Order: sequence, then structure tokens, then C-alpha cells
Amino acid sequence: MSDDDGQAAMPHWFDDDAGPVVRPYAMTRGRTTSPAQHRLDLIAVVIAESHAEETEADQTLSPEHVDIVGLCRDTPQSVAELAAELDLPIGVIRVLIGDLVDDQLVHVTRPVPPAELPDESILRDVINGLRAL
Amino acid sequence: MIFKRSERGTAPVEPVTLKILVAGGFGVGKTTLVGAVSEIKPLRTEETLSEAGRPVDDVDGVPGKHTTTVAMDFGRITLREDLVLYLFGTPGQDRFWFLWDELATGALGAVVLADTRRLEDCFAAVDYFERRSIPFVVGVNCFEGATRYPSDAVRHALDLDESTPVVLCDARGKESVKEVLIDVVEHAMAVGAAARQPVTT
Repeated sequence: MSDDDGQAAMPHWFDDDAGPVVRPYAMTRGRTTSPAQHRLDLIAVVIAESHAEETEADQTLSPEHVDIVGLCRDTPQSVAELAAELDLPIGVIRVLIGDLVDDQLVHVTRPVPPAELPDESILRDVINGLRAL
Repeated sequence: MIFKRSERGTAPVEPVTLKILVAGGFGVGKTTLVGAVSEIKPLRTEETLSEAGRPVDDVDGVPGKHTTTVAMDFGRITLREDLVLYLFGTPGQDRFWFLWDELATGALGAVVLADTRRLEDCFAAVDYFERRSIPFVVGVNCFEGATRYPSDAVRHALDLDESTPVVLCDARGKESVKEVLIDVVEHAMAVGAAARQPVTT
């Protein structure tokens, strides 16, 4: 740790290091869950609906909503990836995705339900896929 | 980006996603393991060990470890266009246990990484997966300079079930990590098959 001590003693906070300008849950207007929303798994995949094209012009959406739809329109994204990509807490991302599901701009695939193993053929595919890496 | 950009008008492929957890004590190489096979740079929130964490996070016996993962980190392996495996590294410190249930839900299985110099660090993880009946494999990360022990000795020291695989691995090596992950899936399959089998007396 010794060679790091000099830097650690004088923290310089710039830009991202200084923390978010908008507190995370301000983006959800204080909501920590969204009503009709089932708990989204970290690996649930969010897919933009084909009619979700002009989201930028939609005044009811926040910039973060637009970002999510934009990312998912290119390629389906998992909840965890969206959180990492947009640098938002998982909790915030869940609420925002809930809004978009309500607006029918995206839909979410459900991963294999907990305590239920996926099909054996899928597991075999996973093993073969790993071997082929 | 992972999936092929879909043609306009055609629906994108909706992939099946699976996750495997990577658990183990602080500084045992979880992030390294995820990084060894992930096709993306592991996405993470990693912060320098803070003053507050210094008395808590014991780095004795882990030379060169200056940072600790304070949030989950994860990697991705696209096996097929419609089949994606995510690896989630669990937070190494006990004070982040609340994140575990979230991560463990729906997990296919887990790797518990062990360091023979600090074997007791993975007791908590072993305990956690045993109690929740999540299939797991113990991977003994063979650090340079650490004494090698036969896997049976490790199994005995951890008081593991006979059926729980113990494998020696190198968390830095892609091939080695691949083998461990295959072991996890095979073990999960075996556990699943055993559960489906009617009990015969």
C-alpha cells in the first residue's frame, strides 16, 4: 500500500469520481419498485419492441429511458449489462425497465425459473459450447 | 456487441441466459477467473481498499492485493447466438451477504474458489451453497508458492460431500477455467438427474 499512500492522501475528485450529479433514485422519482413489475432477474433479457422507434421525441420518457431503449434496439441486453453500461444501480434500472414494459416499448424474457434446472439438452449445449471456446 | 444486429423488421433472437456464480474468500481470484473466460472485460465496481476497509479486509498472505471488489462483477460467454452464459463473482466479504440471495436465484451452479493457504475463507461459501442445494464445484486455485495438496485432502478439510467435485485449477488460465465450468455444468446435470430419479429402496 505504501506507494499508493501519497495519492490516497490527496483525493482529487473530478467528473465521475465526484459522484452522480443527479442522485440515482431521483431518476425514478423516488420509486424503488414499479407496481406491476415482477422482480427482474439480473440475467433477464430486455428486448426493444419493433415499434419503439421514435423514443427520442417522446416527452414522457427520461433520457435514461431513451438510453435503455436505444441500447436494447441494437442488441437485446441483460438487466446486469444495462446497469453496468449506464452506470446505474440495479434497483434504478429495474424501475426504469418496469416503466418501459408498462409503455410497451420493451419486453423482458424470463430466465429459467429458480430451483428449476434448464432442460438437459440445454446443459449439454452449454458443455459443448464451453469445450469449443 | 454480443448478438448480431438484427435486420430491420425481423425480431432479434431472444437468447436463453444462464448464470454460474463464482464464490470464495477475499482475494482468492474470483475476478481473475471471470476475466479469464469472459468475452467482455468483466464489468465491475472495484474500488481501492479504503481506510475503513483496511482493518476488515485482511490481505495478509495475499501479496500484491491492493483492491477488493465491493460490488458484483460479471462476465459473459456467448456460446451460441441464442445461448449466453453469465459468470457472476460474488462479493468476497461477509458484509455483502445480502447480495448473494439475489445472485443465487436461478443460478445453474457455482464455483467455490479455494486457496489452500487460507482454506477457512471459503467455509462460508460452501455452507451457503450446501444449505440452498445449489450444485457447486470446489476449485483449488493453485497459487505459485502455495503448497499443493491432493484434492482428497482438500475435500476432507472442507468436510465436503463425496459427490462434490474438487478440482485443481489456475484461475488465470482460460483452458483451466473452461474445465472447471464444464465440471460445474456436468455436476449440475448429475444432481438434477439424481433428483428426478424416483427413490428406490
